[in-house]
Amino acid sequence: MSRSLKGGLFRLALLFSLGVGFLMLGTLLVDVFKDGLPYLDKTLLTNPPSVDPEIAGARPAIIATLYLGGLLLLFTVPIGVFTAIYLEEYADKTRWYNRLLEINIQNLAAVPSIVYGILGLAFLVRGLGLGRVLLAGAMILTLLVLPTVIIASREALRAVPDSIRQGAYALGATQWQVVSRQVLPAAIPGIATGSILSLSRAIGETAPLIMIGAVTYIAFDPTILGPFTALPIQIYQYVRLPQDEFKLLAAACIILLLGILLTLNAFAIWIRNRYRRTW
Amino acid sequence: MDATAGAGPRLRARRRRYGEDVVKGVLAVCALISVATTVGIVIALFVPAYEFFQDISIVDFLTGTDWSPLFEPAHFGVLQLVAGTLLVTAVAALVALPLGLGSAIFLSEYASDRVRGFLKPALEILAGIPTIVFGYFALTFVTPLLRDIGIQVDIFNTLSAGLVMGVYLIPTVASLSEDAMGAVPRDLRDGAYALGSTKVQVATRIVVPAAVSGIVASFVLGISRAIGETMIVLIAMGQQPNLTVDPREAAEAMTAFIAATGAGDVPTGSLEYKTIFAVGATLFLMTFVMNIVAIRLVRKYREVYE
Repeated sequence: MSRSLKGGLFRLALLFSLGVGFLMLGTLLVDVFKDGLPYLDKTLLTNPPSVDPEIAGARPAIIATLYLGGLLLLFTVPIGVFTAIYLEEYADKTRWYNRLLEINIQNLAAVPSIVYGILGLAFLVRGLGLGRVLLAGAMILTLLVLPTVIIASREALRAVPDSIRQGAYALGATQWQVVSRQVLPAAIPGIATGSILSLSRAIGETAPLIMIGAVTYIAFDPTILGPFTALPIQIYQYVRLPQDEFKLLAAACIILLLGILLTLNAFAIWIRNRYRRTW
Repeated sequence: MDATAGAGPRLRARRRRYGEDVVKGVLAVCALISVATTVGIVIALFVPAYEFFQDISIVDFLTGTDWSPLFEPAHFGVLQLVAGTLLVTAVAALVALPLGLGSAIFLSEYASDRVRGFLKPALEILAGIPTIVFGYFALTFVTPLLRDIGIQVDIFNTLSAGLVMGVYLIPTVASLSEDAMGAVPRDLRDGAYALGSTKVQVATRIVVPAAVSGIVASFVLGISRAIGETMIVLIAMGQQPNLTVDPREAAEAMTAFIAATGAGDVPTGSLEYKTIFAVGATLFLMTFVMNIVAIRLVRKYREVYE
């Protein structure tokens, strides 16, 4: 076989590999929109779930997902950023416990999400007796995405050049003054991007919430300390029902969920591009 | 303790600043939350699993081929669930590993900066789609499609769950592999070109071997993800334990069993409740070993090239 033919075939094979992913992404979007669009109306937003697909909606699930998102940001951002600051600015990396901490976070990032669900079931729902409430769901999702937020925040802190730190030290700043007034402000765009991307991953998570017990029939608006459902859970419930109408309703909920997630992702990418700084 | 241990010059303050110590303490406590999470996971899984093995012999659990915890007499042979997980993982790996590697080679060696700047965010979008959506897609689109093209699959089947999961994992494999290939120094490529190599030869005989530890890490991590994935297998693969190598049939994966049992209202402390943790511990150990292997391999290529 000639060299150029071989090169052409190889290139074609590579393009095919990449194409399969995008082909499926496209097909998936078209399929979901084709199924769900007729059901994407005001009823979906304002009505609770029902046994009659014509009047069934997803209002409690939508509200709960918004609550979950808010609580998640409230919990993950401070804990994640503080941990990242500790590892990046304070920790002595030659110490064994700091190395262990690092490996631990990398491993946690790859633990299956259902395992976090088991943790929530054992400790929050049954152990602490919190019950199957929205707060327990938010706490478990927090632990789930914390490693991602930490890793993204560390990268943002690491990108701040050392000369900025040295300059501040030279002017007599203490370490916390250097971190809080120079390094952290410079790293905020990167941290924000990472946090929003993690938030969007958490909002789409289903398995941990199933374990917490979100799979119940909820017809009223959720509260933080009450039983709850969420948009991915609502999708799961509708998919499981035998009637085809409910599958279409599930597709409508998927459009809604993807809309929220893509908006968040676009916002994160916008921040990344808008505030990108080269030092 | 030296207040500037992490970064900057080692300057000694004339008096101790207690505020700085408090700050460091607060930061360290936040860092400890991740340690507490791991400890919590281990306790949550292994204590009830230990109690489970008081009642059920661990040998029967690991070697039994019949999983029917709800029947009388109950059988607890986890192999049936492990087999389901491994079969769907194998199908997913057959899709994700070659296609992920191919995508990575294209992005790293063939794509221009402009094309890469467009393709990488697009792959991120694919990676950001919730798995419940892929589950819906596998059940309502891929399974009917397989039937249309003449493959006789059950309504719930391992094949469509595995195919969809494979595509879902392409970005995971591609991005880590591409990272490793990007770390291969330019000199190696230039040297090969100087000796008259073609682009194909540089990609397959220089870059891929040089990045092999990162590529293997991406494979291991991809397989670990497949083993731990829940929603696609729960929705599309089914909930009936089945010891088979035929992906056209329905089967049950470990994660699907955990989710299905956890969703029901099983009484705390019952044997059925404890099966969640016994299967969960098995799942955790399998993925844990693979994650540690992947982490070590990533370190290896970072040490060599960075």
